[in-house]
Amino acid sequence: MIEFHDAGYGYGGRELLTEMTLSLAPGSFHFLTGPSGTGKTTFLKLCYRELQATAGRVSILGQDTRDMGRDEVAQLRRKIGVVHQDCQFLDHLSLAENVALPLTVADRPRDDQDLVDLLAWVGLSEQIKAKPPELSGGERQRAALARAVIMSPDVILADEPTGNVDWEMSLRLLQLLVELNRMGKTVVIATHDMHLIRQAKSQVQARVLRISNRRIQQAGVDL
Amino acid sequence: MKTILVPFLNFSESAQGRVVPPSGFTARLTVLTAAAMAFLAVFALALSLATGRLAERWGNELARASTVRISAPEDQVDAQIKAALDVLNTTPGVASARALSRDEEMALLEPWFGPSLPVDTLPLPALIEVIETTEGYDGEGLRLRLAGEAPGAVLDDHSRWRRPLIKAASRLRLLGYVSLILMTCVTAGMITLAANAALAANAQVIRTLRLVGATDSYIARAFERRFTLRGFTGAVIGAFFGTVAVALLPSAQQEGGFLTGLGFSGLQWFWPFVIPPLAAFVAFLATRFAALQTLRRLM
Repeated sequence: MIEFHDAGYGYGGRELLTEMTLSLAPGSFHFLTGPSGTGKTTFLKLCYRELQATAGRVSILGQDTRDMGRDEVAQLRRKIGVVHQDCQFLDHLSLAENVALPLTVADRPRDDQDLVDLLAWVGLSEQIKAKPPELSGGERQRAALARAVIMSPDVILADEPTGNVDWEMSLRLLQLLVELNRMGKTVVIATHDMHLIRQAKSQVQARVLRISNRRIQQAGVDL
Repeated sequence: MKTILVPFLNFSESAQGRVVPPSGFTARLTVLTAAAMAFLAVFALALSLATGRLAERWGNELARASTVRISAPEDQVDAQIKAALDVLNTTPGVASARALSRDEEMALLEPWFGPSLPVDTLPLPALIEVIETTEGYDGEGLRLRLAGEAPGAVLDDHSRWRRPLIKAASRLRLLGYVSLILMTCVTAGMITLAANAALAANAQVIRTLRLVGATDSYIARAFERRFTLRGFTGAVIGAFFGTVAVALLPSAQQEGGFLTGLGFSGLQWFWPFVIPPLAAFVAFLATRFAALQTLRRLM
């Protein structure tokens, strides 16, 4: 699904990540952990080609990302759902329009009933017409998750999805991501919340990837 | 308003159009620029077309008309007029020749000296109006024959002052066209600046769109539609008021000469209708250029 072959990333002559060789298998569930500032977000950005590896090779859904054109990158991102740390929305559009944005930019028809069902699944049926600034942190995270899955992507990447929400909401979001994994989606969650990782143990077989000393360390299936 | 003005753009706040947030400043700036430029363009167009007509008229009329002036002692004037008319009527290339009456001479002088001019007391030369055929006559040969038959006759074929007039009219026409080109360039420049400002102000929106899989051309189109519509709307307003202003100018009069003829004539009134689609096209190209350049820089 996503493969790193001795890949690294750096800028300004400084290496942030180096010598990464790993493969994220289809249907797998990964936690990406490590202290703040070690490169979790950078790693995820390499996974959806917002950044390009400066060393080695990264392959996403069978495509080598080194020589991709801008349109190819756009097409690739339609197959990857990303929940960003800062939940970027278009504030002038309603929640429903924001969630349906990937369909809009892909010129795909929108099934309103599917959209309503999706918003119900993330518990946002009541806020369907609300604008993003009117939503709480937890609601924004769930909306971001709904937007990430609306194109039915094979891979879902979540960058600190529980960073700004309380524990109860964290569990709710984790539950949603586990449900997606059970549907066969590959899930990668970047987090430094070890409680969340332990909580996931009872629900899913997850592999922990730890970034340490600019390198990825794989901790195995068992937590 | 939008659906009335630009059905051909298929612009009805489509999903694509809505991804870009509505913006007040750049919208007003673009509409205002397009309106001002279209207003001026109507005048430049009117100037070019009027000077074109003028140059053509002066060229045609003056090229085919000339004057024979007879300055002679009073008792010889009639004889010399007759002799000169005889020469002219037998000259190949002269369609007609006719001596002007005292009243006609007075009508020529009236705009300069007023109606109470005592023409009879002034030592004015007699004038013969000569109309040429399309082939024209041999000027030098005619001058020699007139010198032999009517020594007081001087042929003036207007060429001395016709050329600079036609040249001036042609230059004015060129100036009008250059003004139109400059206005087009300024409009394109202003819309590019406005589009760049809008793109910079919406960097976060663009980033979000890119992250959910929007291609550059999709994002560019969203901005193109906005600015094309604004350019078109502004140009419609400007062209309308410009055309009304031109229509309100004094109509062409013989006495007023060049200035009262500034405007459109006949089918030329349709030319202002070309300005809004042209402005829309310029806005479209300028925005596309700005958008694609900016998008390549952003990510």
